[in-house]
Amino acid sequence: MGNLPASIKDCLSAGLDIEWIATGDHLSLGQQNNVSPALPEFVKIVEVGPRDGLQNEKVLVPTEVKIKFINLLSETGLTVIEATSFVSSKWVPQLADHTEVMQGIKKCPPVSYPVLTPNLHGFQAAIDAGAKEVAIFGAASESFSRRNTNCSIEESMQRFEEVIRAAKKASIPVRGYVSCAIGCPYEGTIAPTKVAEVARRMYNMGCYEISLGDTTGIGTPGDMKEMLQVVMKEIPKSALAVHCHDTYGQALANVYVALQMGINVVDCSVAGLGGCPYADGTSGNVSTEDVVYMLTGLGIHTGVELSKLMEAGHFICEALNRKTNSKVAQACYKP
Amino acid sequence: MAALSTALKWPRLPSVAAAVFQRALASTTSAAVAQSLPEHVKIVEVGPRDGLQNEKVIVPADVKIQLINLLSEAGLAVVEATSFVSPKWVPQMADQQQVMQGIQRYPNVSYPVLTPNLKGFETALKAGAREVAIFGAASEMFSERNINCSIDESLQRFEEVMKAAKDANVPVRGYVSCVLGCPYEGNVSPIKVAEMGICTVDSSVAGLGGCPYAAGASGNVATEDVVYMLNGLGIRTGVDLQKLMEAGAFICKALKRKTNSKVAQASCKL
Repeated sequence: MGNLPASIKDCLSAGLDIEWIATGDHLSLGQQNNVSPALPEFVKIVEVGPRDGLQNEKVLVPTEVKIKFINLLSETGLTVIEATSFVSSKWVPQLADHTEVMQGIKKCPPVSYPVLTPNLHGFQAAIDAGAKEVAIFGAASESFSRRNTNCSIEESMQRFEEVIRAAKKASIPVRGYVSCAIGCPYEGTIAPTKVAEVARRMYNMGCYEISLGDTTGIGTPGDMKEMLQVVMKEIPKSALAVHCHDTYGQALANVYVALQMGINVVDCSVAGLGGCPYADGTSGNVSTEDVVYMLTGLGIHTGVELSKLMEAGHFICEALNRKTNSKVAQACYKP
Repeated sequence: MAALSTALKWPRLPSVAAAVFQRALASTTSAAVAQSLPEHVKIVEVGPRDGLQNEKVIVPADVKIQLINLLSEAGLAVVEATSFVSPKWVPQMADQQQVMQGIQRYPNVSYPVLTPNLKGFETALKAGAREVAIFGAASEMFSERNINCSIDESLQRFEEVMKAAKDANVPVRGYVSCVLGCPYEGNVSPIKVAEMGICTVDSSVAGLGGCPYAAGASGNVATEDVVYMLNGLGIRTGVDLQKLMEAGAFICKALKRKTNSKVAQASCKL
């Protein structure tokens, strides 16, 4: 076995099968070894910074800054950028300029710019402003649904039916979110069967994809696996996405476990914008830069150019007068 | 289980974390086995050495001693206490003897210290050390720049330490740095590293110790975040997360810095 260290020789003589895939002058574990299941070859990143990120930032950002931010993101190779939310400005003042933002951004094919539409009124306004894809936001927790969207899960489903009916007529694809997929700030742990039930209803209504969100970030990899196992009994994995929060530092590990289970759509927010509204001063969304860094290291294609992504992150952090939450940006970014 | 969850005080999420912990503990063995993960992981706490070594603010000996005592009370089985390296190189560790002699030695807790060479080893032994560690690298350039000698030369120094340690019945832990990448050489070939069935994890309370190769970046993974994950996976560590966070809060106050641990940020009031 030549120059291999003794420890590797021991493993090989014990019959342990180590598969190495040579790429260039260094070896990577590739996609197959006898320890972890195959990972997807490609992962679609859904960038939620301009909506979910900004929505949870205290500093209000002017319209032209939001527009420039989204335009910078369009140049990174991202194919889905959630642009804004057509929700009442009374609830979310940060996104009061939803119409101007939607009309002001440069639409770069093949990028999609979905927007949140909580009800029919919001949907109409979104279509009038030029939206070509929308998203609806449900919850697996009754308390969270009531406190966050002012209605029960059942009532929210009725609103979604109206939106989906109108969307179908207008040939507009609809993405569904299920928040509190692991834990709820009010109810605690959420049963995976409840998550599956809500997700299934939204999927059967006509959502093309369901994003499962660990809203409080409390999930650890075992919780993520268990929840996905149950949900995947109801919904094909190709129609699922994960939306992990990094409030407890578990996001990348949770994303990795989801990849191992065959999920290949990941929501993240550039610079990790959007703190956790349920725990002051803590982080929320996982940083797109950190996710892309991990996926690239794993040999998984995303189409995203990390350096351009970091520029977009740097731009918005300056505008928000805050430091980035991305570890990769902290380590690498040099203006 | 109930005692643990009531011992956890989560100011903002009173029911959530406790419920998750309870669920994790209830399914410890089956969860860990089902996922082919170890049932138990030994945490090696490197905050007082690797963490503090990379912090700019120099903390006095009594603060270091208090930190180590708090960590001992948190249930950690290994707390790397200090480094018997020349204070010229690492001023933060200049009070190595005072710290070693001042800490409270809890039974079942080991307090290894770094000993780069025979001289350091002898001083460590005189100061009461019962376990030592030697620090090598998988990168030639890193070895030269970090410890001023080639890999081969460092291995010779280690041989001397090993011989003396064997004579004195002192266990020796080895570190191999740059296992995935080197700040000078870039990617490191994984053939130099073997990784099978790992059930020991090094981490630093509060994620102390920035990265000396990237200003402003973080370095060590935070012990609180690792323990949180392992607890959630049903893997035993023996560590009391609440007490660990207290130790982290203490040292961050002394260093006048915010914690790098996400769990601590989410759970503690400053």
